[in-house]
Amino acid sequence: MKRFLIPLGIFIVLVGFLAVGLRLDPREVPSPLVGKPAPDFKLALLSDPAKQLSPADLRGKVWLFNVWASWCASCRQEHDLLLDLSRQGGVLIYGMDYKDQPGDAQAVLNRYGNPYVETVVDLDGRTGMNYGVYGVPETYLIDKNGIIRYKHTGPVTVEILSKKILPLVKELQQ
Amino acid sequence: MRLWMIFLALWLPFAAMAGEARPVAEDPILEQRMIGLSENLRCLVCQNESLAGSRADLAQDLRQEIREQMRAGKSDEQVIDYLTQRYGDFVLYNPPVKPLTWLLWFGPFALLIGAAGGLYAYIKRRGDRPVDEPLSEEEKKRVADLLGNGR
Repeated sequence: MKRFLIPLGIFIVLVGFLAVGLRLDPREVPSPLVGKPAPDFKLALLSDPAKQLSPADLRGKVWLFNVWASWCASCRQEHDLLLDLSRQGGVLIYGMDYKDQPGDAQAVLNRYGNPYVETVVDLDGRTGMNYGVYGVPETYLIDKNGIIRYKHTGPVTVEILSKKILPLVKELQQ
Repeated sequence: MRLWMIFLALWLPFAAMAGEARPVAEDPILEQRMIGLSENLRCLVCQNESLAGSRADLAQDLRQEIREQMRAGKSDEQVIDYLTQRYGDFVLYNPPVKPLTWLLWFGPFALLIGAAGGLYAYIKRRGDRPVDEPLSEEEKKRVADLLGNGR
C-alpha cells in the first residue's frame, strides 16, 4: 500500500499543475507598465484634427484609455458595454484609434455610437508601442496622478468590468 | 532573316526595362544585426514565433523600430531595455535570472540532484540485501544434471 503512495502523490501534484495551467490564458501578458506613469503622447483628436490631447490634460481625473480600431472585430464586442458604461457616467472613457484610417474610425462611431469623451488618433502605432499594445482592444485604467493602475487585453467583459475595473475606479476616485 | 534580327533588336529596350533585383535592405550589416537580435525576441501576437520570423503587423513595426534605434547608434542592450520596458520580460526568449525566475532556471537542476539522491538511496538499500547466497546441495546436483554430467 505504501509503495503506491509516492506515485499517487506525484500524480496528484501533476494534475494540480495541469489544472492551474489550463486555466491560464497565454495571451494575457502581464504588463510592466502597471504602477508606472502612463507614457506621454500628444495626438490629434479624431473629432477635430486641429486639436490635440495629452495625458497631462487629464490630471486629477480617473479615466479609461481604450485602444481600438475600425478594423478590429473584437473591438465591436465590447462596444455596447463601453456605451453602457459611458451612459452611466461612472468613469471617463478616452479612446485611441490605433493604426487606422480616421475616416473609417469615425464611420464606426457614427454607426454604432460613441462611448468616448474624445478619441485620439495614433496613425503609425508609435504611441501604441509605448503603451505595449500588442493586440487591440486593450484598456488601461489611469488614476488622478497619471499612473496606470490596471490593464486588460482583449474585449472588456461584464465580469472584468464589475469585478476588476469598477471597484478599482471607485477606490481611485476617492 | 535580317528582318528577324531587326525585330529582336527592337525588343531589347523592353527586356532591359525589367529591372534588376533590389537589395534586401539598405544596410546589410545593420539588417544582420537586427535579425540576430530579434531571433531571440518573442513576437507578442503569435507568441511561438520569433520577432525575426513573424509576418504580423506589430512584428514588422517592431523590427522597423529596432532598425531605427540601431541606426541611431543604440546598443543591443538599449534596444532590449526599450522592449522590456513596454512588453515585459515576456518578449525575451532568454529570461533574466531573478528571484521570480529562480524556479525556472534552477528547478531542473534541483530536480536532477533530488532524483540522483533518490537513486543513490534506492541502490544503497538494495545493496544491503544478501545477493551472494551459496547454492544448496540439492541445487548443485540439479545444476550438474542440467549440465549433462548425469548422462
